[in-house]
Amino acid sequence: MLSIAIPVAFALLTAAQLLNLYRLLKGPSLLDRILALDTMYIDAIAMFILMGVYFHSAVYFEAALIISVMGFIGTVATSKFLMRGDILE
Amino acid sequence: MIFVIELLVSFFLVVGAFFALAGSIGSFRLPDFFSRLHGPTKSTTLGVGGMAIASAIYFSFHGEGISFHEVLITLFLFITAPVSAHFLAKAALHQRLHENKAALPPACEKETGPHE
Repeated sequence: MLSIAIPVAFALLTAAQLLNLYRLLKGPSLLDRILALDTMYIDAIAMFILMGVYFHSAVYFEAALIISVMGFIGTVATSKFLMRGDILE
Repeated sequence: MIFVIELLVSFFLVVGAFFALAGSIGSFRLPDFFSRLHGPTKSTTLGVGGMAIASAIYFSFHGEGISFHEVLITLFLFITAPVSAHFLAKAALHQRLHENKAALPPACEKETGPHE
């Protein structure tokens, strides 16, 4: 059962990443691109968790945790920069 | 592995991936920024939550003892996703993305974009 479910989940996540990539490259405004990057890191976390199940390794969990922290900081910093022209006031 | 556990893990994996795809389709298809903000920040977060639940169940029945640390990622994402969405929406308001551009002729659309 898992041998079917894991490739299906990988395919769905890859399609999601491609749609995000389209929005990242085309997106009319700068905020759309930031939103696309935000979605891409969240999907990357999902892919890392899936790879942890696929390779039966707990190492991927820590990478996913670090991606989630750093991605959140990146999104907040870029949108704060767009809001104020400065990150730390 | 017990068949029921395998079935449960597969179900949560596929459902999580499906929700992630739904969020990305939302950001692909919806017309303007504020409606595009909905898909990724809600649906994709739920998708990652599903994948983390699947991983927690899998490693609980494969490794040694109950594996609970995947819930950390879920918890962190469920806290931070509304915050980052709020920041994005505030930045979009600041960039005046909400003003109606449909009244302008199509040729002017390039000129009225936000300051890039």
